[in-house]
Amino acid sequence: MVAGAQTHRLANGGVIDRSTSLSFRFDGKTLLGFQGDTLASALVANGVKLVGRSFKYHRPRGILTAGSEEPNALVELRTGARREANTKATTAELYEGLEAASQNRWPSLNFDVMSVNQLFAPIFVAGFYYKTFMWPAKFWETIYEPAIRRAAGLGRAAGVSDPDHYDKAWAHCDVVIAGSGPTGLAAALAAGRSGARVILCEEDFVLGGRLLADGGTIDGLPAAEWVARTVAELEAMPDVRIMTRTTLFGVYDGGTYGAIERVNDHLPVPPEHQVRQRLWRIVAKRCVVAAGSIERPIVFAGNDTPGVMMASAMRSYINRYAAAPARRIALFTNNEDGWRTAETAIAAGLQVAAVIDARPDVSPAHRSLASKAGFPVLHGSVSGVDGGKNGVRKISVALTGGARAEAEADGLAVSGGWNPAVGLTSYHRGRPKWRDDIAAFVPDGAPPGMIAAGAANGAFGLGACLREGFEAGAVAARDAGRSGNIGSMPVADDEAFSLTPLWHVAGKGKAFVDQQHDVTASDVELAQREGFESVEHLKRYTTLGMATDQGKTSNVAGLAIMAAVTGKSIPETGTTIYRPPYVPVAIGAFAGHHRDENFHATRLTPSHQWAAEQGAVFVDTGLWKRAQWYPRAGEKDWLESVTREVKAVRSGVGFCDVSTLGKIDVHGPDAGAFLDRVYINAFSSLAVGKARYGLMLREDGIVYDDGTTSRLAEDHYFLTTTTAKAGLVMQHLEFCRQVLFPELDVQLTSVSDQWAQFSIAGPKTRDLLKEIVDPAEDLSNEGFPFMGAREVKLRGGLKARLFRISFSGEMAFEISVPARYGEAMARNLMIAGKPFGVTPYGTEALGVMRIEKGHVAGPELNGTTTAGDLGLGKMMSTKKDFIGRVMAGREALVAPDRQVVVGIKPTDKARRLRSGAHIIPKGETPGPGNDQGYVTSVCFSPVLDQWIGLGLVERGRERIGEIVRAHDPLRGEDYDVELCNSVFYDPDGGRQRG
Amino acid sequence: MRIICPYCGERELGEFTYLGDAKPQRPAADAGEDAVYDYVYLRDNIAGVMSEHWYHGGGCRAWLKVTRNTLTHEISAVEPAAGVGAAKVGA
Ligand SMILES: [Zn+2]
Repeated sequence: MVAGAQTHRLANGGVIDRSTSLSFRFDGKTLLGFQGDTLASALVANGVKLVGRSFKYHRPRGILTAGSEEPNALVELRTGARREANTKATTAELYEGLEAASQNRWPSLNFDVMSVNQLFAPIFVAGFYYKTFMWPAKFWETIYEPAIRRAAGLGRAAGVSDPDHYDKAWAHCDVVIAGSGPTGLAAALAAGRSGARVILCEEDFVLGGRLLADGGTIDGLPAAEWVARTVAELEAMPDVRIMTRTTLFGVYDGGTYGAIERVNDHLPVPPEHQVRQRLWRIVAKRCVVAAGSIERPIVFAGNDTPGVMMASAMRSYINRYAAAPARRIALFTNNEDGWRTAETAIAAGLQVAAVIDARPDVSPAHRSLASKAGFPVLHGSVSGVDGGKNGVRKISVALTGGARAEAEADGLAVSGGWNPAVGLTSYHRGRPKWRDDIAAFVPDGAPPGMIAAGAANGAFGLGACLREGFEAGAVAARDAGRSGNIGSMPVADDEAFSLTPLWHVAGKGKAFVDQQHDVTASDVELAQREGFESVEHLKRYTTLGMATDQGKTSNVAGLAIMAAVTGKSIPETGTTIYRPPYVPVAIGAFAGHHRDENFHATRLTPSHQWAAEQGAVFVDTGLWKRAQWYPRAGEKDWLESVTREVKAVRSGVGFCDVSTLGKIDVHGPDAGAFLDRVYINAFSSLAVGKARYGLMLREDGIVYDDGTTSRLAEDHYFLTTTTAKAGLVMQHLEFCRQVLFPELDVQLTSVSDQWAQFSIAGPKTRDLLKEIVDPAEDLSNEGFPFMGAREVKLRGGLKARLFRISFSGEMAFEISVPARYGEAMARNLMIAGKPFGVTPYGTEALGVMRIEKGHVAGPELNGTTTAGDLGLGKMMSTKKDFIGRVMAGREALVAPDRQVVVGIKPTDKARRLRSGAHIIPKGETPGPGNDQGYVTSVCFSPVLDQWIGLGLVERGRERIGEIVRAHDPLRGEDYDVELCNSVFYDPDGGRQRG
Repeated sequence: MRIICPYCGERELGEFTYLGDAKPQRPAADAGEDAVYDYVYLRDNIAGVMSEHWYHGGGCRAWLKVTRNTLTHEISAVEPAAGVGAAKVGA
């Protein structure tokens, strides 16, 4: 079978395991590769040149690089729910059964309908979308956007939930090192020998960086042997951790670094109980950036033809993967380093068609190499490429002096020099500086604690990399307080460096700067003509550098072309801001385990298990799950259940878990004085054994929170907050205690989770409580009057706190027991209450009863209302200072025409009232000018047998009895309602006092 | 960002809650509306070194006074905020 022929696999060499053959599929075709291949190297080995179509013009594209800077070879990896778009074939490790599909082609890679876009290329210029789809505006949603979305975009998302798990973890160390090339390994050696705790991150699955492709001699050893020896030494150090498949992608404040570990991306499916990827936050005292450099292209016509490849990438494929990108290679270089590709090709037994060198001089050694191998050295530039989807056929060369030449080749290696990877060093808004001698941007300082070394710092020679890396590792360790003996520095020779800058060869035909976003040299020139000269404008107008590769191979060339047309220098033109992440990081990795039901923490009330057994319907209240109602067989809807619960409470007895309220113990001799300052009303005057409703304001005079606070002892109060504000009130009170009133001797303890609290309400409450509470406790109206509060003993000896307070308006108590007894309490109330028909009720019934009683809650305490608005203005003490006192007196906050709480009921008793409806005076056309307020809370009142509500209405309390309109444009409703007293039920409060 | 809590040691940003300018001091009860207005609304938000209130809610629940450069996020001092916002005596 033809599959697996690996026609372009070299006979020898490579860091691959030829004994482990892997079968994979690309666009449905079965191919073979070896363990140690990437998808890209396996495709190269199989002679595949065409791997995708481009984003805008659907031009055929091949593999340009051998690393994470790849702009072209993006594939959809895997299938079904695990399909992952825009995966770089150059970093995707090959595994048995890998399935990949090319992108941006329809119906097939070889025959692509959208490639007609090329014919219309003149209209697809920079700013195309801005210019073409301007109007009419309504066409955007219906026509333009769907069409653009079909035609453009990169790969397809899976469209279903990701079945895999992602993890997040923290790590702490002295020195974190990005990159394991010669620089990173040398840094790790020095830091590790110093005794530092080191984390070495390498994005590749093999350590060694460029040494894997370029070899060399270090300490007299072949590079591979030196790497093996060094890794063995590092692995023997207990405090050095080597993390492969891990990219350091970001730098954050305080020495925190982000890294993404692709734990199981190299397997078809992660093993059971293992994650696919892990997001690391690494806290390090020092960081050595040994991220190397990225070879940069030269922009010329046809530079995107499949078969045109970076010279260093060609060496990677030949040396590391034993895969030949071409059999007859032409090389276009402007520097000495590019020549290594010619040497590599010859050593591998491949032909060199020609070397096109843009420099005026070529070294004698290279001249003799050319004559020995029998290829011409052409002084000049590549001006065109003859080829297509099946690869390069012929290279056109513009010779220095004006003549033309041609070279037949099936591959073209290009080297425009090297750009240090300045991402990490620039993420704190650092701007790299230009170095003329290497014609590249290098780091100009770095975030605190970070040092760039080696090629990432513009030191390209092997000897220099080792030197800088070793020194950086030693300094980093020393700065982190480690001072062990670092031993001797690894030594290697430095290669000769010679480069003549060349960015763009003018000529006919499309010359691509950013291949992933299909931005050409003429797009950059057009942007300049249209006034988009600033690099930030250039970027956004042409989208240069905005694709998933973030312009790693294209940004500097784009700047250089802009510099040329504006007549400025490259450093004057400047760079755009660098922002993390350095490589794309899946949102799933940032989310980690916080997805679906684990998106946030879930808090369960102490009686949750029991409530679930009762079949309760639960509602999310912040993080809490609260029982909303308890449906019974035969009940047709929630309203029937809730109505039954309310009637049961009002006629017998019911109970409700109210443990979600915030609970704070306030201790100390100044506890009363403290509460006087945080509540509008007085608490120092509260008698021991009594409870009082309290209201807190913000310092700006608006209501903050309310709740009941009891005095359990002279120096001990028990304060409750609303469920929503439990945490915030604690924070606020701590601020008051620590920052504002340090002179008060008072302590606060959050006890929200320590107490399970139940409201027991209804005329038979006392009967039920007698079954629960020790008979010695006096629960009579005299022995435990309304608003009484004290500790009691329960039958069996457990101590509880009992409060005679009522939210429902009925005779009621709230009882607190230690949280671990909460569930038992619920079960006991059911058993003890059976003779009295006890009925558990949920938050809906609770809400109904509080509206019937006119008690305010969240919808009224909405961050805009004052105590006066809520009808509680008289609670504001005039005898003491308290938070919010002065600001609450401001003119607008005490204006007589404010919207205040009032009762509302439809004049048609059968009509349902809806919250949110606007209140409009009778006979007026609804509009902003006569909007007098709105309905805040509604319920069906079983007592009144009709829908009732509360609202905030202008001068509401003065207008009792007035008929107004409830205007609800959202629901298309408009009906008459009567403004009424907000206390619908038992207005004189006799029932709760009884 | 990391903050060195004087009680708990160096901790990650997520444990803390930001409030803002730590300079204003709550006026005395008789200071009048203008003074309270200034206290409530006139807060600094400078590009540079600021004294700020942070709350270690994920730790010891201490309110802290943190001296931070808002341009670099460099933190030069962290101390308990005890009494930092207390009424100005005689103001
Ligand atoms: Zn702390």
